[in-house]
Amino acid sequence: MDNKTPAVKMRNITKTFGSVVANDKVWLDIYRGEILALLGENGSGKTTLMNMLSGIYFPDKGDISIDGKEVVIRSPKDAFDLGIGMIHQHFKLVDVLSAAENIVLGLPGKLDLKAATAKIRQICDAYGFEVDPKQKIYDMSVSQKQTVEIVKVLYRGADILILDEPTAVLTPQETDKLFAVLRNMRDDGKAVVIITHKMHEVEALSDRVAVLRQGQFIGDMPTKTTNAQEMTNMMVGHPVVLNIDRPDPVDPRPRIEVKNLTVRNIDGIVKLDDVSFTANSGEILGIAGISGCGQKELLEAIAGLQRVESGSISYIEDDGSREELIGKDPLEIQQMGVSLSFVPEDRLGMGLVGNMDLADNMMLRSFRRGRGIFTDRKSPHKLAETVVHDLEVVTPSVETPVRRLSGGNVQKVLVGREIAEAPKVLLTAYAVRGLDINSSYTIYDLLNKQKQAGVAVVYVGEDLDVLLELADRILVLCGGKVSGIVPGRGAKKRDVGLMMTRLGGKTDE
Amino acid sequence: MNKQTREPLIHITKRGSLPWYRTLGIRAAAILLAVIFSGLITMLLTGENPLKIYVTIFNGSFGSARRVWVLLQNTAILLMVALAVTPAFRMRCWNLGGDGQILAGGLATAACMILLGDKLPGWLLIVVMLAASVVAGAVWAVIPAWFKARFNTNETLFTLMMNYIATQIVAFFIVVWEVPKGAGQIGIINQISKAGWLPQVGPSKYLLNVIIAVVFTVLMYLYLNYSKHGYEIAVVGESERTARYVGIKVDRIIVRTMLLSGALCGLAGLLLVAGTDHTLTTTITGGRGFTAVMVSWMAHFNPIVMVFTSFLLVFLSKGGSEVASGFGLSASFGDILTGIILFFIIGSEFFITYKVNFRKHAGKENGK
Repeated sequence: MDNKTPAVKMRNITKTFGSVVANDKVWLDIYRGEILALLGENGSGKTTLMNMLSGIYFPDKGDISIDGKEVVIRSPKDAFDLGIGMIHQHFKLVDVLSAAENIVLGLPGKLDLKAATAKIRQICDAYGFEVDPKQKIYDMSVSQKQTVEIVKVLYRGADILILDEPTAVLTPQETDKLFAVLRNMRDDGKAVVIITHKMHEVEALSDRVAVLRQGQFIGDMPTKTTNAQEMTNMMVGHPVVLNIDRPDPVDPRPRIEVKNLTVRNIDGIVKLDDVSFTANSGEILGIAGISGCGQKELLEAIAGLQRVESGSISYIEDDGSREELIGKDPLEIQQMGVSLSFVPEDRLGMGLVGNMDLADNMMLRSFRRGRGIFTDRKSPHKLAETVVHDLEVVTPSVETPVRRLSGGNVQKVLVGREIAEAPKVLLTAYAVRGLDINSSYTIYDLLNKQKQAGVAVVYVGEDLDVLLELADRILVLCGGKVSGIVPGRGAKKRDVGLMMTRLGGKTDE
Repeated sequence: MNKQTREPLIHITKRGSLPWYRTLGIRAAAILLAVIFSGLITMLLTGENPLKIYVTIFNGSFGSARRVWVLLQNTAILLMVALAVTPAFRMRCWNLGGDGQILAGGLATAACMILLGDKLPGWLLIVVMLAASVVAGAVWAVIPAWFKARFNTNETLFTLMMNYIATQIVAFFIVVWEVPKGAGQIGIINQISKAGWLPQVGPSKYLLNVIIAVVFTVLMYLYLNYSKHGYEIAVVGESERTARYVGIKVDRIIVRTMLLSGALCGLAGLLLVAGTDHTLTTTITGGRGFTAVMVSWMAHFNPIVMVFTSFLLVFLSKGGSEVASGFGLSASFGDILTGIILFFIIGSEFFITYKVNFRKHAGKENGK
């Protein structure tokens, strides 16, 4: 590869957003026939850099060359014309159209679905995709949608592919499939860039890694010559310990008992089907499952935010007395002394108010405690300062609107507030989604501390490796049903992965 | 290397937060530009000396003691209406029914004055009028609010439609109460007994309204920024899901806030009917329910800033009509000037949020 010209050469790329320097004189080379892993913590500028390559942002300074020729990429169309295609974290597909229709959408020329379908089949065969061109997007799983996105950029002739955290939403099996496809593309001479946080994926898939830290290019090297520890240290800037603690459960007693819970969503579709389990105090109960398998509904039902069709959810006090939670609204659940702290899936959409500053967001839980008709502004302010200090939240001040913070810091603010309520039960959904290693470990530590303080922690996660290391027991959901509950110690990733895709995890093999 | 594509001539980037003096500077520059530009336009269209036009605009508001009082009175009423719609706006509930709610309040006031004017002692009559106008305005706002809370109807359209209903009901009662029969108008109510007229405080009959507006500005500021209700309104406005998640009953907040909005509009109706005009017409609001929307938006829903924005709008409209009459122009000319100035002021917000970057060293790129 030494004598090849890079497919993409980025030089001295600088991009600022207001006072934030997202990229600072970054250099990056991308070669054909190679998978490059772009590594970095949250806010290190990976996505910004790739967005400039795909024409979404325009760099303030710096040059980009494609195949040795200097280019200016002003729009996503320019990027497409240069053969650059990006698959974003959030898919951009039209639900009511079929795969083929989505793929040809917006292309010039006459609409010839038949020819398009043939070409799509050809692409799929070449790289090993499994796509039914006639299937509607709303019928598809997340992984199928992602496949459609990839085929879409290939169909448009992209030979430089950028994937932004493609595995965040996939099961282990789906991830393996995606990796196989990406390797096929590499062998076909395409340049592939993947943005990820997961070290084992970098090691399994990539040929070369490039590391960004705080908007600066730290270095790149062949994957073979490095290891997870070294890469992590480069990302974080100082040595980090890469083990998740799992202290033994502390005096576990049943705290939440869910029996035969059935929930339908607004459209009448069954999201939870006869779900029963117990969450114990002093224990972390992990919940595994493909996204959209009822995790959200389960947590929302316990927190009083979801209408329940049948079944019961009991809160059990230390003395054994029970309280039924169904039928109570979130406020009643708080007021009757049942402390449910809920870190919702969609951090900014539900747990926090993006336009309010840190202090005002702290008030969301406590504003009713003020005297008379006025709110108490002092204690939330103090709490905000404590959270910023204790959890090392990076923010200009506690008067900064939370939407200005990076994902990891937003999450710390939310978790910090929920924990400050001294909960008996802490429900968390995707607490580390999109978080970098350092912040993730901070969150794991916090959850472990809560567990040791006797809190019943329910942890809905998407990274099986983490669930297997962190949870005392793992409840696996599959299509809204309980596929099984396994002890976290000694559970096999492959088994849990299978349970996620079929009930009980049994195979015909 | 001869490049086919070049860096775009202009590209726009978002700014971080600016220090207050720079935002103030941008706004001041916008007003200055607007004044120069509108002077230029006037000169081109009429051939008049722009300086003379500025003087005329100024005189429209400050030319005499009476004009100053009218300016203050108009500002006070506009401010009251803007204060009334602001809580709903903070909740992202677009109450465009200010006019209808004022009319409802005004109608209730007029009804009390006409029907009870000779039956109740003066102070009791005013208390009854106060209660009636507040309730009437509140009812007019709660109807759309209830439908929004219950069925998620669109409050913008609903409140707008309620305006027309209010106008027609007022038109009906004007015919019922017209003096003399067939006149098509009510005329001054209780002209001799002055029953139900709000008392004059100090040197001008307008002072009372000004005082009331000032008091409500402070109260509203405290309510929105420091009370639990105000906080709930802000949370509901930003994210209903977050509100529900922390146990705020969104439906109740919507109805309660709109009720407050309507009640204050009703009170503004009382001030118009019993405080200054002493009559009821279908156009008594003068479109303030809509102008108030602009007042509130331009002030970013901050009651204190609304004092200035409402003053500015009244000042401009007075000045505009003075120019129109003084130079023998059509009345629309004042609106044109107002439009120009508002365009600049609202446009300046863009430059506060975004930064415009021009291509650097254009044409010298080839050297690389």
